[in-house]
Amino acid sequence: MTQSVVVQVGQCGNQIGCCFWDLALREHAAVNKKAIYDEAISSFFRNVDTRVVGDGGSISKGKICSLKARAVLIDMEEGVVNEILQGPLRDVFDSKQLITDISGSGNNWAVGHKVFGSLYQEKILEKLRKSAEHCDCLQCFFIIHSMGGGTGSGLGTFLLKVLEDEFPEVYRFVTSIYPSGEDDVITSPYNSILAMKELNEHADCVLPIDNQSLFDIISKIDLMMNSGKLGAAIKPKSLVTSSTGVFKKRQEKPFDAMNNIVANLLLNLTSSARFEGSLNMDLNEIIMNLVPFPQLHYLVSSLTPLYTLADVNIPPRRLDQMFSDAFSKDHQLIRADPKHSLYLACALMVRGNVQISDLRRNIERLKPSLQFVSWNQEGWKTSLCSVPPVGHSHSLLALANNTCVKPTFIDLRERFIRLYKKKAHLHHYLQIEGMEESCFTEAVSSLSALVQEYNQLDATKSMPVEDLPRLNIAM
Amino acid sequence: MSIVTVQLGQCGNQIGFEVFDALFNDSHCPGGLCSKRENEAYQASCKERFFSEEENGVPVARAVLVDMERKVISQTLSKAARSGRWKYGQHSCFCQKQGSGNNWAYGYSVHGPRHKESIMNLIQKEVEKCDSLSGFFIIMSMAGGTGSGLGAFVTQNLQDQYSSALKMNQIIWPYGTGEVIVQNYNSILTLSHLYRSSDALLVHENDAVHKICAKLMNIKQISFCDINQVLAHQLGSVFQPTYSREGSFHYRRNPLGDLMENLVPHPEFKMLGVRNIPQMSENSLAYSTFTWAGLLKHLRQMLISNAKMEEGIDWQVRPPLSGLPPLGKMSVNKETHFNTSIANLVILRGKDVHSADVGAFKDPALYTSWLEPVHAFNVWKTQRAFRKYEKSAALVSNSQSLVKPLDMIVGKAWNMFASRAYLHQYTKFGIEEEDFLDSFTLLEQVIASYCNL
Repeated sequence: MTQSVVVQVGQCGNQIGCCFWDLALREHAAVNKKAIYDEAISSFFRNVDTRVVGDGGSISKGKICSLKARAVLIDMEEGVVNEILQGPLRDVFDSKQLITDISGSGNNWAVGHKVFGSLYQEKILEKLRKSAEHCDCLQCFFIIHSMGGGTGSGLGTFLLKVLEDEFPEVYRFVTSIYPSGEDDVITSPYNSILAMKELNEHADCVLPIDNQSLFDIISKIDLMMNSGKLGAAIKPKSLVTSSTGVFKKRQEKPFDAMNNIVANLLLNLTSSARFEGSLNMDLNEIIMNLVPFPQLHYLVSSLTPLYTLADVNIPPRRLDQMFSDAFSKDHQLIRADPKHSLYLACALMVRGNVQISDLRRNIERLKPSLQFVSWNQEGWKTSLCSVPPVGHSHSLLALANNTCVKPTFIDLRERFIRLYKKKAHLHHYLQIEGMEESCFTEAVSSLSALVQEYNQLDATKSMPVEDLPRLNIAM
Repeated sequence: MSIVTVQLGQCGNQIGFEVFDALFNDSHCPGGLCSKRENEAYQASCKERFFSEEENGVPVARAVLVDMERKVISQTLSKAARSGRWKYGQHSCFCQKQGSGNNWAYGYSVHGPRHKESIMNLIQKEVEKCDSLSGFFIIMSMAGGTGSGLGAFVTQNLQDQYSSALKMNQIIWPYGTGEVIVQNYNSILTLSHLYRSSDALLVHENDAVHKICAKLMNIKQISFCDINQVLAHQLGSVFQPTYSREGSFHYRRNPLGDLMENLVPHPEFKMLGVRNIPQMSENSLAYSTFTWAGLLKHLRQMLISNAKMEEGIDWQVRPPLSGLPPLGKMSVNKETHFNTSIANLVILRGKDVHSADVGAFKDPALYTSWLEPVHAFNVWKTQRAFRKYEKSAALVSNSQSLVKPLDMIVGKAWNMFASRAYLHQYTKFGIEEEDFLDSFTLLEQVIASYCNL
């Protein structure tokens, strides 16, 4: 089995990362009752004998001694990382796998990318190499960051180039939080557009997510629980937002709930690679099947049922409803409506007691209402993992390569142009060494080229699907 | 003579387990509607073909398990060991840490050469355990990366290294809709390569087997396990021992050789399909009785109308009047078309088998003109019943029945190829557009040949 390393960058990246590690530990604790260090756990954790000083403590088999996350934590401020290191997960992180600074990036992509990039390049490389060395077979880097700030956006994307050069064979999966329209960081459009160029060029696969969608999902869950009709009761041990599992606490820390959705996404994405099933899907298969052209690597994700994201005991609704929901615009993790746009490819990753006939029945049922590009009319990739999420019987993660990402990008571009036209705040960027106006113009062209690709595909939407003439064989 | 099985990828290994389990359970089925001595001879023959013996007496499957990641093989090994009745050899597995990512090019061009020596060594060890080798049975899917790509590579190497041994590839055709998005690319690359290096391609389509599970077996929530078990049943009914010309107590010694001799008269026509009747849940079996006449009539109509199971057969389809040429050349688009055969083999097992009349299968109208029915058709009859079926009939045919599915796959792959989608994933590992074009050309040729029968 392979291993993955999580690189969490910036405040947002680290907060989400923290939620992820919490959920991962609880999932493995629930599945692996005998506390044996097995291949599934080893995909995200090392087993270390903490009595041994230095590096020699890794244990590859047998009972779990002390689990260490395969993670690198990067932030140019200390607040968030310090909080993590003082919190309940402090023993999970290897103190040597941190890179922090004190001044922060001031919500400035150029500071994150150019200043801190060059300052910390060596150190970053060193930490990454170390984490790679601890892996038997490293398959993937998961980068978690936000696009609107300075560190996650700038330094996070600087990392991508480093990873590409240093580990060309290892996949780079990026989970990016896009700023919503009401974002309070004024320069977020600049940061996002500059970061997008890097994502276009150096990421293998991007899962864009926006806060507004996450917030809407949390509201829906609250609504479901408060309606009382469904006899919801609080579950003591299911995987969710806070480790105490009490939803009241959630209201104090709204971001926690939202971060947990993203953490669940990552957990479900890798479940078929970690656990057994009748039709496995490894991470390299995701890229193989969902990225038809290298530049079109943005995947819209949706998680159903929503109650698997909550500490509640809502009686499971019909299995088929789960599939229908996956395609509704209310369940997507970004503002997008895949049903009314064009699909290039779609992956359905099912967990729990669901069989191939259930999967096929639902694909047949939903296919007529979805539009697939002409050359990929049957563009479905499916997987069945036998291990359900903790405390629930089944769940579905849908990943769509769909032109419905276009509005998000167009929107971003509009906001960027509004700012850039007035040259607002530009001097903060241009005063950084290595930054010129051309960086901005190139970044926005890169985005426009991407949007144009999606436009061309959309133009084929209503055209009739014709079979192309085949090769003629002389008999 | 023995058959060495090579199970490749998730599909190959999951099916392989069910096949050995079915073979073993059948050979140890009490009764069998024959004498104890007969049963023992059957068991011994089955064992010679598929199992070798270890010191403590537990039979060991003559198989090599190959997968590029560990989960499935671990499961397969433990399932076999748990049964306590047979198992896989401890050292018969080859695993790596990372799978082929559904990428034929990765399976063929990277994993293949990298692990060629280790895999061929494992196969060699298994071959050495055989007193005499009938050939290889390679189980693989077409849709993924390991079964398809590495499977094609291994088959090629078997051809090089064991040129006198026969190779039959059991290929699983994926569901028409979505298991893997690039399944059509992987399929055409696999089929074109296997056409060159394998001796026969025995095909099972997931869609067809799924329908059998739904309609005949009445399974509500069909799992891959159910599908694989139906498949294993069909394969078992073909590969279990059958009488040779001498009759009772004497079983055919060269299963693969005999199959090929009867069914693959010409290298241009290698695609074989299996039909089995009756196929039903064991519960229903107790309440059903069959006559050979009835079974054979249905089986023949299944062949002619290209039905894959005994329900929903189109009885309107008839062979052309004998003596007259077939009604025009086959066009792939015609719905109800008469399915012309090159060769057919009927395998009958069970009670009163010698009274079964297979005359209807000798009708020259069923066959293409360049083979006489006496060469094109064969029947093997065996008294010993298969599993709990008092009478069971299997039909292995080399006919036009796979043309339509093949044409569909080629068509979809061609449409995708025209847009150049996903090609960068293949060219990254050395499979170029040229290789795709070669594959298309070869398969169009195969389609044309079958259509023109």
